[in-house]
Amino acid sequence: MLRRNFLGATVALGGLGALAACAPGSDTGGGAETAPAADEVETDIASLGDLTLVVWDQEVRGAQNDAIEALIGSFQEKFPNVTIDRNAQSFDDLQQQTGLALSGNDVPDVLQVNNARGDMGTFVADGLLTDLTGYAETYGWADRFSPSVLSKMRYSSDGVTFGEGSLYGLAQTGEVCGIFYSQAKLDQLGLTPPATWEELFSLVDAAAEAGERPIMLGNLDQWPALHVFGPLQANFVDAQTIITLGMGNAGADWTSEDNLAALTQFGEWGASGALGESPNGLAYDDAWPMFTEGEGVLLIGGNWLGPDMEAVMGEDLHFMAPPPGADGKVATTGGTGIPFSIPAAAKNAAAAAAYIDFITSDDAMAMIAENGGMPVNRTAELAPESGVNKDIYEAFDAVTTEGTLLPYLDYATPSFAETAGATLQELIGGQTDAAGAAAALQEDYSAFTEGS
Amino acid sequence: MGSGTSPGAVPGARRGRPSAVARGPLTPYLFILPAFLVYGAFALYPLGRAAQFSLFEWKGFGASTFVGLSNYVDLAADADFRAAIGNALVLIVFYAVVPLVVGLVLAAILRRGQVRGMGFFRSVIFLPQVIALVVVAVAWRQIYSPSGLLNELLGMVGLGALTHGWLGDPGTALAAVGFIGTWVEMGLVMLLMLSGMSRIPAELFEAARLDGAGAVREFFAITLPAVRGEITVALVLTIIAALKTFDLVYLTTSGGPGNSTTVPSYEVYFRAFDLREVGSASAVAIVLTALIFVINVGVTRIGERES
Repeated sequence: MLRRNFLGATVALGGLGALAACAPGSDTGGGAETAPAADEVETDIASLGDLTLVVWDQEVRGAQNDAIEALIGSFQEKFPNVTIDRNAQSFDDLQQQTGLALSGNDVPDVLQVNNARGDMGTFVADGLLTDLTGYAETYGWADRFSPSVLSKMRYSSDGVTFGEGSLYGLAQTGEVCGIFYSQAKLDQLGLTPPATWEELFSLVDAAAEAGERPIMLGNLDQWPALHVFGPLQANFVDAQTIITLGMGNAGADWTSEDNLAALTQFGEWGASGALGESPNGLAYDDAWPMFTEGEGVLLIGGNWLGPDMEAVMGEDLHFMAPPPGADGKVATTGGTGIPFSIPAAAKNAAAAAAYIDFITSDDAMAMIAENGGMPVNRTAELAPESGVNKDIYEAFDAVTTEGTLLPYLDYATPSFAETAGATLQELIGGQTDAAGAAAALQEDYSAFTEGS
Repeated sequence: MGSGTSPGAVPGARRGRPSAVARGPLTPYLFILPAFLVYGAFALYPLGRAAQFSLFEWKGFGASTFVGLSNYVDLAADADFRAAIGNALVLIVFYAVVPLVVGLVLAAILRRGQVRGMGFFRSVIFLPQVIALVVVAVAWRQIYSPSGLLNELLGMVGLGALTHGWLGDPGTALAAVGFIGTWVEMGLVMLLMLSGMSRIPAELFEAARLDGAGAVREFFAITLPAVRGEITVALVLTIIAALKTFDLVYLTTSGGPGNSTTVPSYEVYFRAFDLREVGSASAVAIVLTALIFVINVGVTRIGERES
């Protein structure tokens, strides 16, 4: 009996503790102050006196880390009164801490914030980020960046509209999905790089007839299919509609005829073996090494794979933007590196803006290129003379200046990464058809756009 | 377990009369207090907070809204969540039932036969328990890959028709993940069974043999009843492992293909960190905790009743 009573008391105590504790979170916002207008921006950083600028970023990989270290060094040389206290961690770690970091009492001055709706959009809606419009005018960021790049960091102040409105961050690097191929393999099959989507479809057929795996895809991790479907979708759907869908803004429909056509084509690729026998059973990080060993004819994916594949394939590896899409202009999935933002409660906002300006300046772009990264601006002029990075830089430049850089489709809603990942897996695995896939995607998209 | 001697049976008189304070009704609690404080701070308090969070709509930062039980009501109507619970129950077969059967048989064989290098076999079978699950998951992902070891072996023995991406097919993905669990838990179960069997007096087996019992009879008449306690312990441990599986699913399939291998723990992670629905994630966690608790109380009850 004694034991019973003790257990009872324990449970009761625990319950009381829970009830007595205050509600989670706080009712006070992030202390959002109104952002400075262009004529109020303090640009004389030297006059601010000695200060420590706290920077949290996720540029931890080789080339990125080298570039940012070099940039921090030059910044401190230029402004000896500023000491930069840098905290670098992996993307996942930073992403999961961002909410707490922004709403805490001791916030960083500069923070890399993922531009997806579930991240940047939520923080904007909660007033946790500084509206950079005034800084952008003062420093001339609109001249430096193309509108299509800047739109990836714009939200309406309530966080509802993505792609328009105020600027909440600035990115240093670019990303683009395109087509990797081996010139030797194409020569061997008597094929040429496709100039139109029709040519690409017949290349896929020809490769299959030759007994090759036409498109290398490792989709065990669910998200890689989005980087193949995105470019393919641009052949069927006009860029503006894809942007609306991808940014989770109201006004488009996944079940429209053109989207159905894109999904149908993707499903056919899955069923016919154009993506290999079992793309859903192959891991992303196993797929690209297989490609470097001569398996597969094309690999549709992000430019970040270039340097690692080039290390094995050398000059034989090539990269191209997908053929022109439904609008007659090239459009493909891509984006920017993670943008640098200023928390609303940052103590040194002026110095933070100067830092962001510095690391995205024209000189900074050259430094990023020197260190092997892909700068978001001046990409064409900074392109290396040869190698796959030359192709990648040129493709990115063509897409951002003449075409459209389409958003990653998983930006759309907080749950879209999961919904789209699972749906595309089922589509290419044959567990659902184009109509079923369109309905699943539309359900998530419309639930979000109606709710917001 | 738990059926040992009660405190009253300790012959206190021999150690001298305890003082009035020591005999006070609160004394036992004072002894428990330090441990209870640690337990309360690191187990009960977080559990209580999770239960509290589950009553709110909260993003993990900023303001929260009290929504009562609506997170739980939503769960009841959530097909993804029900599928996750169903998958977890299937995993119990792979994590608990199969390892128990195999572990029992293996242990009986190892005990009976005087195998040379028995220590070696034991270590090999126990090895998966020692390896970090992250490593296990990465290794098995390779084995199940379309060009992986399993498909190669199938090809070599003429079963090429069966080869496919095991984790990429909704028909086999859950079983493939489950089998990794079988492989991991088997060693633990076998070791538990072996330790139980080593307590059985050798005379019992001799007597049985003199009476003409064979290996099978011996197993069912002597070995199995003797290790009932160990079976209960093994089931409790492995069922908990099955229900709270997270790392294997996260690292091998991320819940895919489609949603065919998602489990409640993965749902907790997904809701809390990807969707930023801390309330809903807490509700899943509380339901999962309750489920684990109920199933294990059931197993322990049955185990105790039969012994």
